[in-house]
Amino acid sequence: MSTQAARIAKGKEDAEKIFPMVKEKFPDAVLEESMPAKNADPFLVIEPASLHEVCEYLKNESELNFNLLHTVSTADFLGGDDEEGRIEVTYFLDSTEHVHRLNLKVKLPREGGSVPSVCDLWQTANWHEREAFDLMGVHFEGHPNLVRILCAEDWEGHPLRKDYVIPESFHGIKNIVY
Amino acid sequence: MSLSLSLQSLLFKTNAWLAQAEGTTPAPEGGEGAAPTEGAANAAGDATKEIVEAAPERAFMLNENSTSDESGAPYIESAITYVLNVEQSSWWIAAFSMLLACLGVFGFINVFALFAVWLERKVSAHMQCRLGPMEVGPHGALQTIADGIKLTVKEDIIPKLADRPLFILAPIIVFTGTFIRFVPLPFGPHLNAIDLNLGLFFIASVGSVEVLGVIMAGWASNNKWSLFATIRTATQMVSYEIPIGLTFVAVIVSAGTLSLHGIVEAQEGWFFNWYMFRNPFLAVLFIVFFIATLAECKRAPFDLPEAESELVSGFHTEYSGIRFALFFMAEYAAMYLVSAIAVVLFMGGWYTGIPMIDEIGMNTTSEVTPWLGLFIKAHVLIGKALTLVFLQIWVRWTLPRVRLDQMMYLCWKVLLPVALLCLVGSAFWDLCMGAFSDEKDYFMMIIPK
Amino acid sequence: MNRVGEFHVHKNVRKRFVVMINAGDLRTEEMLLNMGPQHPSTHGVFRVVIRTDGEMILETESHIGYLHRCFEKISENVNYMQVVPYTDRMDYLCAMINNLGYAEAVEKLMELEVPERAKYIRIIACELNRIASHLLAFGVYGLDLGAITPFLHAFRDREKILKIFEKLCGQRLNYTYIRVGGVSFDMTEEILQDIQDFLDYFEPDVLDEFNRLLSYNGIFISRTANVGIIPEEMAINYGLTGPSLRGSGVKRDLRKDEPYCIYDRFDFEVPVGDGEQGTVGDCWSRYIVRVKEMYESAQIIRQAMRDIPGGAFIDKKASNKVKPPKGEVYHKVEGARGELGYHVISDGTDVPYRVKARAPSFCNISILDAMASDANMMLADIVAVIGSFDIVMGEVDR
Repeated sequence: MSTQAARIAKGKEDAEKIFPMVKEKFPDAVLEESMPAKNADPFLVIEPASLHEVCEYLKNESELNFNLLHTVSTADFLGGDDEEGRIEVTYFLDSTEHVHRLNLKVKLPREGGSVPSVCDLWQTANWHEREAFDLMGVHFEGHPNLVRILCAEDWEGHPLRKDYVIPESFHGIKNIVY
Repeated sequence: MSLSLSLQSLLFKTNAWLAQAEGTTPAPEGGEGAAPTEGAANAAGDATKEIVEAAPERAFMLNENSTSDESGAPYIESAITYVLNVEQSSWWIAAFSMLLACLGVFGFINVFALFAVWLERKVSAHMQCRLGPMEVGPHGALQTIADGIKLTVKEDIIPKLADRPLFILAPIIVFTGTFIRFVPLPFGPHLNAIDLNLGLFFIASVGSVEVLGVIMAGWASNNKWSLFATIRTATQMVSYEIPIGLTFVAVIVSAGTLSLHGIVEAQEGWFFNWYMFRNPFLAVLFIVFFIATLAECKRAPFDLPEAESELVSGFHTEYSGIRFALFFMAEYAAMYLVSAIAVVLFMGGWYTGIPMIDEIGMNTTSEVTPWLGLFIKAHVLIGKALTLVFLQIWVRWTLPRVRLDQMMYLCWKVLLPVALLCLVGSAFWDLCMGAFSDEKDYFMMIIPK
Repeated sequence: MNRVGEFHVHKNVRKRFVVMINAGDLRTEEMLLNMGPQHPSTHGVFRVVIRTDGEMILETESHIGYLHRCFEKISENVNYMQVVPYTDRMDYLCAMINNLGYAEAVEKLMELEVPERAKYIRIIACELNRIASHLLAFGVYGLDLGAITPFLHAFRDREKILKIFEKLCGQRLNYTYIRVGGVSFDMTEEILQDIQDFLDYFEPDVLDEFNRLLSYNGIFISRTANVGIIPEEMAINYGLTGPSLRGSGVKRDLRKDEPYCIYDRFDFEVPVGDGEQGTVGDCWSRYIVRVKEMYESAQIIRQAMRDIPGGAFIDKKASNKVKPPKGEVYHKVEGARGELGYHVISDGTDVPYRVKARAPSFCNISILDAMASDANMMLADIVAVIGSFDIVMGEVDR
């Protein structure tokens, strides 16, 4: 088995071990367990409101000990005729002690949705959530300083939204599109 | 510069009046001998010969007159008296000769700065596996001249929010503060602007003027980083003057004189007569002095005032063109200055340390050898000083920079106690050695008359 | 009024001093200092607003984004292969590993196995690049602390690596060498010989020379040891990875813990900060981990060069048509600065739906504000601390 395959298998193994534990603890919070058959990563979709509780459990349970939040990623899905548009916020958790990982996902409506901040659990979430707010417009409740981080303070809109229109000029600087 | 000149003439005048009041001759001793300068010798060789023949014992007695209180620029002065065909020098001739000497020092600073910048660039380049400047002149020798021309023709920028008068005045004061310290500094026996009998004290006291200029520069720039650098500089230079002062005191105790001439004369003979070899305490003080002067010159590892990775460029961040060049020149002039002082204090000044060579040109009636002797001695002094300058460059391109608290720790808790101990130790050492030596007047040297 | 960031410089600051005649009026003031975005030791366009009390730092506030080039937005508009050059420009000091992370993430989506030779070439290129990156980190750290000579010595050796890369792919900095399906050019015998020569020159003497020149220099140790201490817990909590995390004594290296590519075939050590000088987790520990890692990377390259098989260096068929099926992956690799993660979402077309890069420097530098507020740091220390993270602003801002 190649290294790549071994790594994928390890990810699935972790998921098979950890998903039931979370589901047992929070039966209502877990909305969906995504275990793709192929190479794609497994995800645990949970309800936005209970994200903080779940994360607290994942971090403090000694058997899991997810002490490293790798990143907070976001993706915008416009939706179509058959499905509603949504924003997916994905938390990639890692444990330096047990070397296992977990991908948590929350799905928010495109407008007006919010998700509790996990800044108090992992300080690194501070900047990651600011970035997600800046580029995707996700609102994190309870974040100590939710301001733009990469774009200018007076930037309008959230550039990574799929329906974002690139402005023609910014402070008199013309935007030249090649 | 004008300040230093007027100060000198004033000093000289005061001395002349004092001498007159005491009923002695006002003319400096240098004026008595008709020692010709090179130019004068070429111009009127025959006439010189006559004088030499007429008074051979007086013509080359300059070295023996070093015990005098103050002598101006004797070589220039005697040349002027010779050219003007005056019997005896008068005070305005002496003042004029000092003016010429100051111009000579000014020229030396300029030429040295050009050379030292090139040297620094080449030395650092070769230490860093590079070549350094190679384009202008052979091995880039003329690069600094090109840079100097560029700096002088650059636009003179004064920031809008800067304090204009202070901003303009600061580089002048810094440069003057360095330049004025060259006044008592010998480049060879009697090769100086004026040999003050308080030479070392003069150097120590007017050295602080530079700090004033640096503070003005940083403050007037109205730049927070410059202000930081200024405060660092003031802290550093004021602190490190204390170990330097203690070193001076120790040497003065040993030599029994404040005159730089007198200190060099006291180290005549074999090289173990040099203060850095004669006395272990003074050897330690030499190291203390070298470290302290690195800080005084703001050289690495004490280059906190211009720490480019912390403070961008320090107190002269906002300066450009000729004003920046003045700061730059003052820095390199100070490098030479402290090295030359170290040579005078510890390394036997213009003496090679081998009496046979030092005696060339002494007590002889020949026409050429005195000039040869002077030539050798001047080169020995400048050569030793350049060695120390090289050492400074070497240290700069090797060591990282210390932090402010570490710098202060080194000064107040290491160098200062060591210098104090060595001062006491060296005094006792001299006493003990003096008691065992045959020189009966040894005690007289360290006890003030 | 002169506007500098959020605070104002009074036109005539000196007027304040005129009123200070009475000793009772004498007071000290805190100063707001704007360090960056144009500052020599912020490694690019990082900006820190520092509140200082004289030389002591009371508080800092980091600002980033001055080099934001919309990597993620651009990636949504170009096809999978065209994203690779943009990954180069994130961490431009170890572009190979950036390429590798992205290429492997897409290969994972495509269920593609690259040829064996390509894997070995990737390892050699990545580890050489890691040495080059650490050499720069070593030199620049000396530069931050005022030692200029080690910087140029490091550049002398980095230049040799860049020459090898130039021979390999025609580029010195932004290689675009590791692509989806393999690598763009074969590593010829001549280049392998060059690498061998470089290692023979580099490994025995040069690292020792560096240690003598900088690592064990008294002033260097006094400037870095016991400065900017990050305890293990705090380091993990702030998402530190790579040498910065290992400096705090955490033995975590993705090449060992979650091997990717073929790292499980090689034998190497993971150096961690052990408090040899000062404390575990101080600037010196973070620094020395990098120096030791250069040696380990050299070991990996030697083993890879010994075992390298023949065959194809790229899966031409796969690389010509990169069109992964629907799905999403998160792939992380051990970069020179920490763990580099790519979150790639595919919608089945040849244009990625979303590419998110987890930049190690972004997470590493986020700890700065927290460090500065509780440690008694001086202005010179903050330069040492920023330097010890070895940040690359191209990666922080993306």
